[in-house]
Amino acid sequence: MMGELVFTGNKGVGVRSDCFVSLELTSGGGIRLALDSKVDVMFGNSIRKEIHGILDHFNIKDAFVTVEDSGALPFVIAARLEAAINKAIAGEKEFIIPMLNENQYVTSKDRNRFSRLYLPGNTPSLMINAGIHRPNGIILDLEDAVAPDKKDEARYLVRNALRGVDFYGAERMVRINQGERGLADLDFIVPHNVNLILLPKCEHPEQVHAVNARIREIGQHREQLNPIWIMPIIESAMGVINAFAIASSAENVVSLAIGLEDYTADIGTRRTAEGSESFFARSMVVNAARAAGIQPIDSVFSDVADMDGLAENVRRSKALGFDGMGCIHPRQIRVIHETFAPAKEEIEKAKKIVNAYHEAEAKGLGVVALGSKMIDPPVVRRALNTIQLAIKMDKLEQNWRESNE
Amino acid sequence: MSKYDKMVTNTAGREVPTVVNGKPATPYMGIGKYKPTGRKTAPPIVSCADYPADGNKVVASLTEALIKCGIKDGMTISTHHHFRNGDLVAVPIFDSAKEMGIKDLMWFPSASFPCHEPLIKYLEDGTIHHIEGSMNGALGRFTSEGKMKGLGVLRSHGGRYQAVQDGDVHVNIAVIAAPSADSFGNANGVNGPAACGLLGFALADSQYADKVIIVTDNLVPFPCIPWQIQGNYVDYVVVLDQIGIPEMIISGTTEITKSPDRLLLAEWSAQFCDEAGLIYDGFSFQAGAGGTSLSIGIYFANILRERGWKARFARGGSNKYLVKMLEEGLVDYILDGQTFDLEGVRSMRDNPAHVNTSPFTSYNYHGKGNFSSLIDVVILGATEVDVNFNANVVTHSDGLLLHGIGGWQNCLFGKTVILPIPLFRDRIPVIRNEVTTLCAPGELIDVIVTERGIAINPRRTDLIEKMKKSSLPIRTIEELKEEAEKICGVPEKPKLTDEIVAVIKWVDGTILDSVYKVDK
Repeated sequence: MMGELVFTGNKGVGVRSDCFVSLELTSGGGIRLALDSKVDVMFGNSIRKEIHGILDHFNIKDAFVTVEDSGALPFVIAARLEAAINKAIAGEKEFIIPMLNENQYVTSKDRNRFSRLYLPGNTPSLMINAGIHRPNGIILDLEDAVAPDKKDEARYLVRNALRGVDFYGAERMVRINQGERGLADLDFIVPHNVNLILLPKCEHPEQVHAVNARIREIGQHREQLNPIWIMPIIESAMGVINAFAIASSAENVVSLAIGLEDYTADIGTRRTAEGSESFFARSMVVNAARAAGIQPIDSVFSDVADMDGLAENVRRSKALGFDGMGCIHPRQIRVIHETFAPAKEEIEKAKKIVNAYHEAEAKGLGVVALGSKMIDPPVVRRALNTIQLAIKMDKLEQNWRESNE
Repeated sequence: MSKYDKMVTNTAGREVPTVVNGKPATPYMGIGKYKPTGRKTAPPIVSCADYPADGNKVVASLTEALIKCGIKDGMTISTHHHFRNGDLVAVPIFDSAKEMGIKDLMWFPSASFPCHEPLIKYLEDGTIHHIEGSMNGALGRFTSEGKMKGLGVLRSHGGRYQAVQDGDVHVNIAVIAAPSADSFGNANGVNGPAACGLLGFALADSQYADKVIIVTDNLVPFPCIPWQIQGNYVDYVVVLDQIGIPEMIISGTTEITKSPDRLLLAEWSAQFCDEAGLIYDGFSFQAGAGGTSLSIGIYFANILRERGWKARFARGGSNKYLVKMLEEGLVDYILDGQTFDLEGVRSMRDNPAHVNTSPFTSYNYHGKGNFSSLIDVVILGATEVDVNFNANVVTHSDGLLLHGIGGWQNCLFGKTVILPIPLFRDRIPVIRNEVTTLCAPGELIDVIVTERGIAINPRRTDLIEKMKKSSLPIRTIEELKEEAEKICGVPEKPKLTDEIVAVIKWVDGTILDSVYKVDK
């Protein structure tokens, strides 16, 4: 058999930690591998071994293979080669790299989701160090950040990243594509302990149901899957109108996010810094999420150089009721965390209320009072939340009440 | 003459020759252990009677000056890197030499840059025998492949001063490119179209060379003030149309980094210094020119500003950020070794608190002290570090010689030396079992800051104690190495031959390590 010549991966100026693979199946002659690697001296043998191992796994005995390597890690080489093989001979067989022990964790439904860092699903260099910046979540993006002709190969890379890249405790999220392609994306992520799936352009609860149905279907052929959360993204007028139905569509929907670029286009306007055009939509998302008891999450702030603008944006977002927002650059993470975290005055006020609450409880009083002022139960609840959050974010000692007394 | 002979194992456990380019050489003995006796070298006695009474030493061309200096086969000719990659002087010297049919010269630059690649043809045709100084980029590759006729010798800036002063290197003709000069030979770097700040690297050559030529494109009437180089040392002055390309002179990395990973290294380094109590009112620091170092300077400035503190001095490589600190009153003095941008040049020209230094005041190990050991915090880079904190700054892990030592070895004598470096570059782990080339004994390196953890040298029990409660990820260097190898795999050792192509000098002139020819 003589196959066509197929290509995957990236090369050229500025490409790092990636490789470019070309593959042509032949009818004889064995494996003819040409490797051009910038790390040849140190890893040439190991790369050759990896490539032969994968070809062997797919039972490929005769082929021309060229690999132009700009320092790709093994999980990247494996993804690129497997994507090429899949282009040449479509089949069910997969080459699954070992799952890091560090990646076996599950995330809780109500964990902090202040920051979630978008990582283009076909750019390995941005994935490798993403976790060291300590975002609450990382998003391996299969949707808008991947060029249409790279969408297939990105799936392999994202799958391998879910298994082989240590994100240091960040919630491991994937944004799937819209529609049928998105459902097909699930095959590459559901079996690999993805913690959360972002569902773009969500307009109807049925889209959430379809994702869940596919997750269950995939799960049937596997041992117990860890819980997989869903974060629908509202990006259209229809999505805004159906926000509550979407937010309450399934048990595993943990937050509702808004995407303002698409939304503003959909309602026929443009996004402004001041944001009055999206006030209604943002408030709808906040109210829908709160009504359903889940987290409302804001859109990204796209000027990565403007940290003051970002902080201002976060303050507005927090004031509207959002619990977090997306980031497109690691430097945004700290600003987002610091601004979403309870401010000093908030913590001080909450401490007083919580102290008063505990005193009232100790005295068996049904009513909490601070000085001469009665405190309503929702205010107490909010103060307790603030304290919990402050402890979680190292802004307050766990035993602050003891150390106070 | 063989390139080298009589290999021994030095105190650091490295194989080094005791004969280099036909001359005896001393193996490294440990830090502060080698104490040569005798007297420094001296230039020949001359008489004013042999120099023009009107002070005019201008000759028509570089070639004429070289002839008048008595250029002949086998001589040592020195140049300097004040113009970095914009140097237009070094190559024409050897063009002239080639024209005259001179052979086997030794080129003794204070550093080399990509602009010196044209000299490869003179290394090939025998005009230049070998280089002592630094072999960067293409020259390094040429050396690594064993193509140079003599053995390369790499020295630090301080080691270069020491070698000239002690007579280890006898400079026959020093060619000093000067942005401003008068006909008597007084010269400075702060004025003129090729202004580069200072001429400190040429000080030793002006004092000790047999013959000194000043080359300028900005001849001013006597006196040329300030006279960073004194005309009393100078034999001839040559005026050229252009001696340096300004945009290339102010090269170097002069902007703070935008890379989030490097910013994290900078942030952690500054936080480490702060938590370990290394920053105080009146402290001093050295910051290099790289994006990470510059960013650390910004963090230092923020800490000083917040607390109303001042640094007593900063060791430059100066640039606009350091100048801003000086002008804002966050630092009393800049003790500058080279200026990296025009703001640095302006400040040095106009501000008496911006002081031009030489390798003699800052780095020379055979002096009565030098100020590098007075610096509280030193930030340096490295190509590799090993589990014993030894570091390499000249070769890459594949064995290729690509960088010079610069002031790096000399700065190791600072009180706390911190290396912010990525744990791996592409797929290449930076922390190894053993460095490919030893440039710094591990006892002088205190802290390695990587994006996946910070390792403190076990010798620094004081720092370990202070950082016990830190929120920073303090790890052992072995843990960091394992983490890198888990991500990248365990790299194979580079294929090197037994043949030596260059040696690494320690700051006292002894030989610390050898660089091996790569196996093609």
